Amino acid sequence: MEQSASKEALLQKFAPQIEKTSFLASIWIIFLLCIIGVGVYAFICQVTQGHIVTGMRDNVVWGIYIVNFIFFMGMSYAGAIISGALHLFRTEWRKPIIRMAEYLAIISLLIGPGYILLCIGRLDRLYYLALFGRIQSPITWDVIAISTDIFGCLIFLYLSILRDIANLRDFKELKVPQWRKKLYSFLSLGYTGTPEQEKRLRRATDIMAAMVIAIAIIVYSVLAWIFSVTLQPGWHSTIFGPYFVIAAVYSGTGVLILTMYVFRKAYHLEHFVTRKHFVAMGVVMVVLAALFGYFTFSDYLTKWYGSEKNDESLIKILFSQYYWSFIFSNYIGVLVPLLVVGIPKLRTIPNITFSALIVVVALWFNRYLIVIPTLESPYLPIQDSRPEYLLYSGTWVEYALMAAGVALFCLLFTLASKFVPVINVSEMSDAPRDQREEGLFNTEESLL
Amino acid sequence: MKEENQKENRKSSRRQFLKKGLIAGAGVVAGGSLIGAIVNKNKPDSGEKVTALTTTGELIEVDKAQIRSPRVSISESHNGIPGRKFVMVIDLAKCKNARKCVDSCQKGHHLPKDQEFMKVYFLQDSDKSAPYWFPKPCFHCDNPLCVSVCPVGATFKRSDGIVLIDTERCIGCKFCMTGCPYSTRVFAWKEYPEFKEDKEQYSPEASSPGKEGTVAKCDFCPDLVRIGKLPYCAQNCPMGVIYFGDIDEDTVTNGNETLKFSELIRDRAGYRYLEVLGTRPSVYYLPPVERQFPVDSGFNGLEESIKARYKNTPYGKNHKL
Ligand code: SF4
Ligand code: SF4
Repeated sequence: MEQSASKEALLQKFAPQIEKTSFLASIWIIFLLCIIGVGVYAFICQVTQGHIVTGMRDNVVWGIYIVNFIFFMGMSYAGAIISGALHLFRTEWRKPIIRMAEYLAIISLLIGPGYILLCIGRLDRLYYLALFGRIQSPITWDVIAISTDIFGCLIFLYLSILRDIANLRDFKELKVPQWRKKLYSFLSLGYTGTPEQEKRLRRATDIMAAMVIAIAIIVYSVLAWIFSVTLQPGWHSTIFGPYFVIAAVYSGTGVLILTMYVFRKAYHLEHFVTRKHFVAMGVVMVVLAALFGYFTFSDYLTKWYGSEKNDESLIKILFSQYYWSFIFSNYIGVLVPLLVVGIPKLRTIPNITFSALIVVVALWFNRYLIVIPTLESPYLPIQDSRPEYLLYSGTWVEYALMAAGVALFCLLFTLASKFVPVINVSEMSDAPRDQREEGLFNTEESLL
Repeated sequence: MKEENQKENRKSSRRQFLKKGLIAGAGVVAGGSLIGAIVNKNKPDSGEKVTALTTTGELIEVDKAQIRSPRVSISESHNGIPGRKFVMVIDLAKCKNARKCVDSCQKGHHLPKDQEFMKVYFLQDSDKSAPYWFPKPCFHCDNPLCVSVCPVGATFKRSDGIVLIDTERCIGCKFCMTGCPYSTRVFAWKEYPEFKEDKEQYSPEASSPGKEGTVAKCDFCPDLVRIGKLPYCAQNCPMGVIYFGDIDEDTVTNGNETLKFSELIRDRAGYRYLEVLGTRPSVYYLPPVERQFPVDSGFNGLEESIKARYKNTPYGKNHKL
């Protein structure tokens, strides 16, 4: 099997990524830091002048911060579910992309909760959530769920990079500063790859893989319930839990494909990340596109068909003011991947990447259309309110912070790839395992 | 001393309420908020004299610096006024958008001009049905979603039915704002100068002084009710639209007339707004029947900026407001 090259050869190949930062990469990092800097400035404005600098007002109390929160959390859950599933299914082709999915899970999980903090009027009282927390409130569920998730994902990621950290420690030719060598040897926890160690590590990783899938589904449903437990027309829906989970995995698959494309180009991984991977992830994306389309359709069909007064006014807003974003997010965002991956001739790497890009942007708008139009059409029509309170539009502060989040995501991904290679070296150098013996359906032994 | 005063207040409030119903005499005293004020001897005089109504009902002349409202502490404001269950009845047949409820409430609670606890809607249920003015306070629901969703217990339901907010506790997550199906709550988007004007100690019962980054809403004015006064809106409505009272005592009053709640609701077919949502409001409406004035007289004398707020209503669109 050509992919399972020897460990040394692989490390040799990936060493330059870790050892030095090219001129282009430095520019890239500085660029990202600048965007983050603008975000920091925007944040200072918001803290000193109050939430008045955002576009949020008494009717639309949650704006694109919440949209970004849902979006980043969704990416994270997608990363967790995909990497967990890839791990458990023991598919051979997963090897080169599993590390990216893991990074996706943890990095977006570190950024997502930041956005909900931006919505909070009194950040100085955040610790009240722990001090006076009430278990009846879905926000408390969310706090518990997200912290569990961060914890679980960190452990899962750590377990899966442990072998590579040990490899890097043992790789004597690696030209990195002494402190980093020390760090590798500290983080590797004395793992040397004895059969006993290997067995335990595998067992632990299996357990965590199953756990992160379960946690991700629960956590994202909790997030959906923040909306659906309220009585607001458009939110008070029983299918929001599963709908959000599907939408999350769908958008996350898109982001993963984009990541594969970028790293493939940046680090010349053409040999490892091949068309096969793009097609495989593309097929996953198509399945999810169908599911997502189905959920979206059922949700809006029932609202429209029954035409309760408030649902009707919501649908009216969606099809007038938000017409193009609605068409883009719920039609184009579903049809493009179906067509591109569905027609074998169109399945090229650039095409699949392009449709992934469409999916990611479409899904951002999908969340926007879930949050904002509902708040613009409450039960009591918005009246006796200032004209500028009627409709929402984000301000530069909100968009700057959104850009900063994306930049931070890219930055953390870049830095992570410079710490431990984005290709799982140890898995790649393992001999292909016999799927019958160790596949998902024969893991009782390893789970017990 | 303070404790005693408060007890005394409560006792006298109950007496007044039972015997004569609540009085609405804001006019006698300079600045309605001074009513029932008690004298605080610890501060030096400012030289400026004002008239105040004592808890025993006497009018006295006191120095401005020596006045403070009998505001109860945060922890005490969690306990409802014992033995009471408040209710409000709004007679839509009499409302013509005079907006005195809005203004007096705003003044009484030291609200910035961007915040109102009371809103007057101009509703029209369908094309052919008649439009009507619809003052909307907080409904002080008996099954309040705003209270259920609050993660820190900053918004709470009391034994007397009132739902209050403790802005010292509120973290400003705004979840209650999306939870309330009646769009009742407002947020302090910045530090408004009006918040500074109120120098008294903060009490959830007065919803004042406001605080940046927290929510606020209509509070049924328990600070006034404690001393036997009607809420600002009920006191100040020139049409007597708003009745306030106690559902257990079965009395409501708008200051001019005191009525039996059950009979009023029975005879005038009172109802609660959006009963279907199951929030069980404490505010009842009397349908807008047999009105003595044309409904659009509610637009007379409105400032242009206020008038513009009704542009989006079905009526406003048809009549090119
Ligand atoms: S009207 Fe809204 S804010 Fe008032 S008690 Fe009911 S749910 Fe809470
Ligand atoms: S905004 Fe304040 S009162 Fe409302 S739910 Fe959050 S913490 Fe509670």
